[in-house]
Amino acid sequence: MTGIGLQECLFLAALLFCISIAGIFINRKNLIVLLMCIELMLLAINLNFIAFSYFSATISGQIFVFFILTVAAAEAAIGLAILVTLYRNRQTINVADLDEMKG
Amino acid sequence: MIHALVTAQSVIAAPANDYGLALPEIIMLSAICAILIIDLFVSQNKRIITYLLTQATLIGLAIYTIHYILHISTATEYTFNDSFIRDFKGDVLKIAIYIICFLVFLYSKDYLRERRLFKGEYFVIGLFGVLGMMIMVSAASMLILYLGLEVMSLSLYAMVAFNRKSSVASEAAMKYFVLGAIASGMLLYGISIIYGVTGHIGIGEISSYLGELAKSKTTMPLSLVFGLVFILIGIAFKLGAVPFHMWVPDIYHGAPTSVTLYIGTITKIAAFAMVVRLLVDGLGPMHKEWTQILVVLSLLSLAVGNIVAIAQTNIKRMLAYSTISHIGFLLLGFIAANENGYSASMFYVITYAIIAAAAFGLIILFSRKGFESDNLNDFKGLNERHPWYAFMMLIVMFSLAGVPPTVGFFAKLHVLQALIKADIGLTWLAIVAVSFAIIGAFYYIRVIKLMYFDKPVTEDNTPITAGADMHIVLSVNCLLALGLGLFPGALIYLCSLVFTPAV
Amino acid sequence: MLENYLPVLIFLVVGVGLGVGLMFVGFVISPKKPDSEKLSTYECGFEAFEDSRVTFNIRYYLVAILFILFDLEIAFMFPWAVVMGKLGWFGLISMTIFLGILVIGFIYEWKKGALEWE
Repeated sequence: MTGIGLQECLFLAALLFCISIAGIFINRKNLIVLLMCIELMLLAINLNFIAFSYFSATISGQIFVFFILTVAAAEAAIGLAILVTLYRNRQTINVADLDEMKG
Repeated sequence: MIHALVTAQSVIAAPANDYGLALPEIIMLSAICAILIIDLFVSQNKRIITYLLTQATLIGLAIYTIHYILHISTATEYTFNDSFIRDFKGDVLKIAIYIICFLVFLYSKDYLRERRLFKGEYFVIGLFGVLGMMIMVSAASMLILYLGLEVMSLSLYAMVAFNRKSSVASEAAMKYFVLGAIASGMLLYGISIIYGVTGHIGIGEISSYLGELAKSKTTMPLSLVFGLVFILIGIAFKLGAVPFHMWVPDIYHGAPTSVTLYIGTITKIAAFAMVVRLLVDGLGPMHKEWTQILVVLSLLSLAVGNIVAIAQTNIKRMLAYSTISHIGFLLLGFIAANENGYSASMFYVITYAIIAAAAFGLIILFSRKGFESDNLNDFKGLNERHPWYAFMMLIVMFSLAGVPPTVGFFAKLHVLQALIKADIGLTWLAIVAVSFAIIGAFYYIRVIKLMYFDKPVTEDNTPITAGADMHIVLSVNCLLALGLGLFPGALIYLCSLVFTPAV
Repeated sequence: MLENYLPVLIFLVVGVGLGVGLMFVGFVISPKKPDSEKLSTYECGFEAFEDSRVTFNIRYYLVAILFILFDLEIAFMFPWAVVMGKLGWFGLISMTIFLGILVIGFIYEWKKGALEWE
């Protein structure tokens, strides 16, 4: 436990969060990568919650993490299901091809 | 650390909670489970049973809640270890959600049948969405609020993609899913920072902590403002306020009209409840900080919503931009940051949901198998074909534009009055809002011009294929836009009553 | 007042800057001397026997999704089991309700035929 304080944890979480957001907006190729970025975002937030919970000795942050994990799984399931319907209709999961509606 | 664990356990082990306060949610969940199982054993031609059970659940809950506030209690009570709140404004919002959801399903029934989408899952997912909204309305903890939001959002993603064969719908669902997930992520990041600074996830506890802080300091700590910004981004995404509105037009356009009807009406009430719980109940002491951001969001929403709507040729897309501009108006009440403003916003959102239900209901009414009736050109010469419904559309469009004596006018008037009376030097914002509303009136009145003064594009005299129930309810719904405008007193009184602090 | 948002701005700038910067650095400093051998999928070793994108049965995907959903209940059951003794009847009833709801989902997927392989 030498040298790892709240700051370091928060910095790591913020970094992961930024990477995931950048990943969502830069990625123009594959929708699966997009789903992975969303997952990474939620995990970054979990890290935030756990760090706060550990260093402030309150338990509610850890309880929050349980529920975020569950929601993340449900979200992944729905996301993949939508992905499959999209692929069946379009034969592509390229992000740049999602342009049928404009205006 | 260990100390915290021990205290947490003693709290769980000694539950002195009245779980009966959550009875509507419990009934709803049980009903959903029952309907899901019953639907499995019902053959396709008797699918109407699922529909009737769904509607019975909604009506039953509405009657129960009305009975509760009239005869039992309108007090604010907490249960589930202070993470669940039951209060007057929550109950009123829930009644609005039940009734409008009833209308939504009623309008959707024939639409779904004609497109072979009349499946039990549609109603079950719809009810799950309502359950999520109920939980959001009753949330007294950030965790419960987030869970309610996710239950609602996940149901909505599935509903948008419900027509599996439609390429546009699945594209819309994918966009909605990705942007919705980002919004939830932003909101959660903000919540995690607020939790880190205050050490609480209970909305009441956060509010009292911030209240203490506001007394001792003139400005809030940076970290709290940082968290607040993320929460506001999340809220703006969910509300569809500019510059986080990109998803709204695509989802309204791509989703089946019955789902657009669902998203365009009751989710707005739930979003309103979320803003009340988060910003007013929770971060109320920080209102100086969040009103500044809301001013920008509101101004941009009014501008973009009203101006871009003029360029649309698809009426669902046009109504999407119209929603964005209405969200701008809704936020004006929150900018006033007092009880007066919140009740004006509540009146605004409830009446908007009623009128929007009528507007999308009319689009559904004119559509039939193979013809969506969602182009503005489809409305040309409507008066010659269906004079009664052309008149109904006229009322609805006037109400959306805010022409007196329809209810839209009074809703706008009250929000603006609240903003000016709050006396916070934002009269200029009210003036800007009015000028954008006048610009916005142009595209609503264009629809009326198309209906009354243009010749039909095609000679198309197909009669309307809807049941008697839809004709009657939809007409009543449209006339309500006029009726509530002529007699707005009761609803306005109710909305101001729920925000009056209990004595 | 506005200067209070400076950290947010810095946060955004650092976030965007880091993402763009790293990609740019990679683009600039990486040596580029492509030849046909280098561009082939496996520079050293065998040629690929078949396309790496093997089509697999859609049922795997369905089973995987169902697995994720039903797997996560353990995240709640494990902590519950650890303190089971202290929670008493209240805990037991709560968990029964929780599992009851999951069972309803299970009945649904069974009846819909999501578990049938053939």
